[in-house]
Amino acid sequence: MCRIGAIKSLTPVSPSWALRLMLPQQEGHDNSGFAMVMQDLDGAFAHSKDKPLLSMACTSKGEQLVNAYMEEHGFTPVAQWTPDVDRRSGLNIAAMPRYVFRNYEYPEIYHYRTPEEREDLLLDTRLALRALLTGRDGAPDEGYVYSFWPDVLTLKEIGDPADIAVYFRLWEDNGRLMARNIVTQCRQNTNYAIVRYAAHPFFLQGYTLCANGENTFFSRNRDFQRTLHRGYAGFESDSQCLLHTLHYVLHELRWPLRYYKHVITPLPLPDMRERPDSDALICLRESLAHLEINGPNAIIALLPDGRMLTCCDAKKLRPLVVGRVEGMTAITSEVCGLNTILPDRDAGADIYPGGRDMVVIDNRLEVLQWRQ
Amino acid sequence: MASVSVQDVSRNDLPWLVEWRQDKCVLCGMCAAVCTADAICFTASRGGVRGAALRQRAEISHACTGCGMCTKVCQQDAVRPVRNPDNRFPLLARAGGPLKRGGRSNLNPPRTLDKLVVGRISQMTDPALDSERHTFDLRAPLGRVLPVQDLPLRVEGDSLALTAPTPPVRWIYPLLFSDMSIGALSTRAWEAIALACAYLNEQCRLPVRMCSGEGGLPGRLLESEHLKYMIVQIASGHFGWNRILRALPRMKTDPAGVLIKIGQGAKPGDGGLLPAAKVAPHIQSIRGVPRATLHSPANHQGLYSIEEAVQKMHLSCNAAFGFRVPVAIKCAASATSVAVYNNLLRDPYNICGGFFLDGIQGGTGAANEVSLEHTGHPIVSKVRDCYRAALLQGRQGQIPLWAGGGVGQTGHAAADAFKLICLGANGVLVGRLLIQLLGCVGNEHGRCNACNTGRCPAGICTQDMRLVRRLDVDRGAQAIVDYMLAFDAELRKLLAPVGNSSLPVGRADALVATDKAVADALGVTYAC
Repeated sequence: MCRIGAIKSLTPVSPSWALRLMLPQQEGHDNSGFAMVMQDLDGAFAHSKDKPLLSMACTSKGEQLVNAYMEEHGFTPVAQWTPDVDRRSGLNIAAMPRYVFRNYEYPEIYHYRTPEEREDLLLDTRLALRALLTGRDGAPDEGYVYSFWPDVLTLKEIGDPADIAVYFRLWEDNGRLMARNIVTQCRQNTNYAIVRYAAHPFFLQGYTLCANGENTFFSRNRDFQRTLHRGYAGFESDSQCLLHTLHYVLHELRWPLRYYKHVITPLPLPDMRERPDSDALICLRESLAHLEINGPNAIIALLPDGRMLTCCDAKKLRPLVVGRVEGMTAITSEVCGLNTILPDRDAGADIYPGGRDMVVIDNRLEVLQWRQ
Repeated sequence: MASVSVQDVSRNDLPWLVEWRQDKCVLCGMCAAVCTADAICFTASRGGVRGAALRQRAEISHACTGCGMCTKVCQQDAVRPVRNPDNRFPLLARAGGPLKRGGRSNLNPPRTLDKLVVGRISQMTDPALDSERHTFDLRAPLGRVLPVQDLPLRVEGDSLALTAPTPPVRWIYPLLFSDMSIGALSTRAWEAIALACAYLNEQCRLPVRMCSGEGGLPGRLLESEHLKYMIVQIASGHFGWNRILRALPRMKTDPAGVLIKIGQGAKPGDGGLLPAAKVAPHIQSIRGVPRATLHSPANHQGLYSIEEAVQKMHLSCNAAFGFRVPVAIKCAASATSVAVYNNLLRDPYNICGGFFLDGIQGGTGAANEVSLEHTGHPIVSKVRDCYRAALLQGRQGQIPLWAGGGVGQTGHAAADAFKLICLGANGVLVGRLLIQLLGCVGNEHGRCNACNTGRCPAGICTQDMRLVRRLDVDRGAQAIVDYMLAFDAELRKLLAPVGNSSLPVGRADALVATDKAVADALGVTYAC
């Protein structure tokens, strides 16, 4: 099983907060990996927030391939953070030779392009780099590109989360790696092959999502999404579909946020008919039937504007809890995680979203609980 | 050595032998009285009544059909039909022209559906649901579903609003009572099915819909609220449509849909057939025809192309009901089905609201046996092909797929339906299953299948009022309702272990095939 978590803070926090949130839940997540997406960065990246940041794990050959590609396509490196890894023996980590976290300047011509064109460029570049590094005909992969987006950093690795934290010195809180939003989970052991791309959180054009559970409509979602957008690719994990749908509803269709919930867990028809927007809801159910999820799923997502949301399947077959203190809100699968990082909170005010709820946390940490 | 006329027909040439136990028989004569094939008679001999003996007529035109009504009526258990594997019936019976009969194909190749198993069971990674406790959403669309980018939606504040009408879509139960006409069926049989349909809707909350078949509807039904449960059919003979069109101004409600029948699985490429023996006065009245064999044309006259078909739907059906009623097409499954479906999917007017595919195991009231046995296409792979063709274009679900032809042939309709849904069907059609529930004793091993003769022993496929009275409408309707309630429970029993509470349309990963060729053809996992 996965256990998922997220922290949203008014002041930047280090990844050790995410680790402390997740490690108490290890009975539920099996300690097989660690992954996190950080957004609204501070520390090493505080001065280049508008520059796309490449997050990648690779071989030295892979790095050369990427460098050549980026140079050829007009990207200029402007800043970089290289983790000072701890190579002590005995750590349970399947480390890659290189970890690249590098800001680039856009190609010259893109200074005059629209934001949408820049977004497309970043997506296409990430997909191209991914294809470049993926081994063909049985050859090993030369690397993994997780995200290429301004102010977003992704770190994923296979192994024991505590050891991974030691390896990357994430416990040390040296102020280099800080963010106001962190979405994380501690499991690499997926239902399918153990591939780094299969580890949550997933990222696409500013949207981050991780999920706990099993998307039993995976094949329906996947088959439909493949024709919707070139960015809906990979499908190493059934949970990627949930990110694709989030991106489709908000980024492509540009619908209000609550319709994401309506798409993934449609109301029963009799309930739908009582809503003021019933005509639209019924059309959504008809036209996007293949984006419904129908298994146990708990979802945490982070939007490009910094809002964080959480919801679960219509039967609430996976748990979630939201806890708050002044200046910080956290979401996670099990309350023991909250008890560790927010021991002084008012636990009575914790929110346990139901099957029809969606909880949205804005950048002032105001919590909006919306019922479908 | 004695001579014998070897060309003479003997009872041993017939497909069924009537086995008579003289020691048990009390010579009541009931068996001869109930035999609608007139296959049984009694011969008197010296000794008067006590010397009488049951004799099976050795005549092709009075061949025993194996219906077993004689056994049913005999209180002494003295008579029964016995299958005669050495019969010469197919050779001799063609002397009168091509063989005709009703029912399904009797060739019975191994059923593909029986080589599929619901093999993806929720264990550990996700919880199986409780079929008794959880709520399930068992509804299927009938109507043209627009791609999301074509929906006339506008964001108004925090909501979405429709700014223009969209094609009508009905959400109905995923099992539909298939098209069997008044004419093919007796009035009582049709009434029993209609009664069951209404009961399921109004008492059991199952929105089951029934297709009228080609032959119109009773005037009172056309003008009643119950019309909303009916899908009216127009086929190549257009029988009954004068009455339907004349009733339009007086209709209280819209029908559930219109189904344009292009073909049917039991006799693809052939039009409907209602032998004169079944064109009783009330059928003449409903259809507006004289007593004669009614042979619908093989195709819709003047219909040259799919584009014309779309125009026809557009003009004659959609417009007739003010574009409020979904209009679907029913075709016999064929090697060309994907091409037809592709064309309908790409129709720029978004007119077609359903693609009903009828496979080779579909039943019929009357057909040439050569059509029944040797033409058509199995339904399972064709549904899958159509779904996958739509999937490749991102158009899955836009024209709902409904599959028929052999659903419930072995009595297990829920399993058949679930598997077809997993392969891409939105819902299924059942026809023959319904009349079997009413009491039809025909089967796929040559038993009875006398639907075309007007002498149906169960009073189902006949207009002879003496026979029709054999059918108890209420008991027949109850049998259908009971079966449907069991079907609903069984469908949940199949949904629950795969962890779904709504229909897993196209979710082929829920299935495994125990036959490698089937697995490869359908794109499902092979398991052994």
